[in-house]
Amino acid sequence: MKEISIIVAGFGGQGILFLGRLIAYGGMIEQKEVTCFPSYGAEMRGGTANCTVILSDSMIGSPIVRNPDMLIAMNEASLKRFQPGVRKDGLLLYDSSFIKSPELRTDIFSISIPASEIAASLSASRIKPANMVMFGAMIAHTGAISEENALIALERLTSQKRKDDIGLNRDAIRRGIMFIEDKKSKDS
Amino acid sequence: MNFVKYGIIFGMTEKVFMKGNEVIAEAAVQAGCRFYAGYPITPQNEIPEYMSWRMDEVGGVFIQAESELAAINMVYGASACGKRAMTSSSSPGISLKQECISYLAGSELPAVIVNIQRGGPGLGNISGSQADYFQAVKGGGHGDYRMIVYAPYNLQELWDLTMLAFDKADEYRTPVMILGDGIIGQMMEPYIPKPYIRPVLPEKGWALTGCAGRAPNVIKSLYMGEGELEMKNNMLQAKYRKIKESEVKYEALHTEDAEVIVVAFGSAARIASSSVRDLRHAGLKVGLFRPITLFPFPEKELQRLSGKGVKFLTVELNAGQMVEDVRLAVNGRSEVLFYGRPGGAIITHDEIQDRIQEIYSGKVLAC
Repeated sequence: MKEISIIVAGFGGQGILFLGRLIAYGGMIEQKEVTCFPSYGAEMRGGTANCTVILSDSMIGSPIVRNPDMLIAMNEASLKRFQPGVRKDGLLLYDSSFIKSPELRTDIFSISIPASEIAASLSASRIKPANMVMFGAMIAHTGAISEENALIALERLTSQKRKDDIGLNRDAIRRGIMFIEDKKSKDS
Repeated sequence: MNFVKYGIIFGMTEKVFMKGNEVIAEAAVQAGCRFYAGYPITPQNEIPEYMSWRMDEVGGVFIQAESELAAINMVYGASACGKRAMTSSSSPGISLKQECISYLAGSELPAVIVNIQRGGPGLGNISGSQADYFQAVKGGGHGDYRMIVYAPYNLQELWDLTMLAFDKADEYRTPVMILGDGIIGQMMEPYIPKPYIRPVLPEKGWALTGCAGRAPNVIKSLYMGEGELEMKNNMLQAKYRKIKESEVKYEALHTEDAEVIVVAFGSAARIASSSVRDLRHAGLKVGLFRPITLFPFPEKELQRLSGKGVKFLTVELNAGQMVEDVRLAVNGRSEVLFYGRPGGAIITHDEIQDRIQEIYSGKVLAC
């Protein structure tokens, strides 16, 4: 890997910024150069949120990219807004629980992941860590961050008041990884 | 509470992952800042937010003032009492603070002022911009004054330069500005939280600390006596000359053999560094010259690099401000071109690359 740029986007409240920070922090543990640039300001709960994460082997210039190598789309609006900008031959991961019949570009590689359904199956509580399922899928597909380091990142970035959710988030990351591994074994 | 919530240790080095605005706030605290007053404005709100709990922890004072004017006048008061004091805002809020910045300069009071620039003029927007260069370096308030202006381009520099800003403010008894923008303030990246080492600085014998047993100190910028003000101004100018001689900071990357030298500061320099790196790989003799102090401006070094057929391309997130200082420094010995986008737009590294390649291919460049 030389440099991967990723846009993470979805509803406000889906843990988009947390996912972005986790990817960046996980990359930092992997001794990569990292930046994480959140959208800020006019965003509100229920609206859209996005952030740009870059992992690199060398110094990162602009933390903002228009044509990312990867898009993690957690809702329809995000897919519509950011898919056109994905670099040719880039990668799209999208939550097919929310994005039912997307118009997908044929010149990028797409993986549909029913992240919200997988997350909902893990817990009866109101917390549905679809973002963590996506995190697991992302690291399994790219190999950019090991599972061990992903879990360290989760541990370090989880605030005191959310410590109770760590177990559930770990399970969700594991399920995301399993989803990609199953898919790979089916495809091969 | 340990501030390093998000740190990780690699061998002997600890790296911390925080937001730029938080880095400024923590660096200020570690450098001994014990008074912060501010008024909210995006994209710098994490600074007062962080200070609101952190000042409490270290026994300092945090005040959310009723206005920007009130905030900087409170900083004036705290500084007059000998305390390390800071305020922060973003472009429109910094405009409001100009009167008191002039008073701080006139009264020779140290203070650190952070401007996390947003798009202007007026309320503009909330994304990053560099359109306050003129205001920062040419004296945004009235009178013949200057302040030291640092332009950090990554979070490590936010940390290091914020600490340095407090030292230089005390050393020269002058306001110092950290000129960042919405990009550097909002982004997160790792940095090394090097411990603050206090240099030897003059005692603040001038501070208003209670005059029992000594003659009263007076802090003022009003000099009505015959010849008094001119003397004061000459003294200030001598101080600014000393700052120009001693405090210039810059970084030069691949400039020695360069045929085209990009001149950029802060976020624009960061974006341009990618362009320069990629074009170097492609075999073009391109360099990057990055002023770290905008006042004092590294004019002697730019002068030295000029001539010899070198062309300069100044890149800014504005409609062309620092380019005037580059032209003054180069003084006709080299062609100085400009590429920028005003408030509301962010330059990408491939736009800069295209401009550099146009210069190489000999096309005339609009500037």
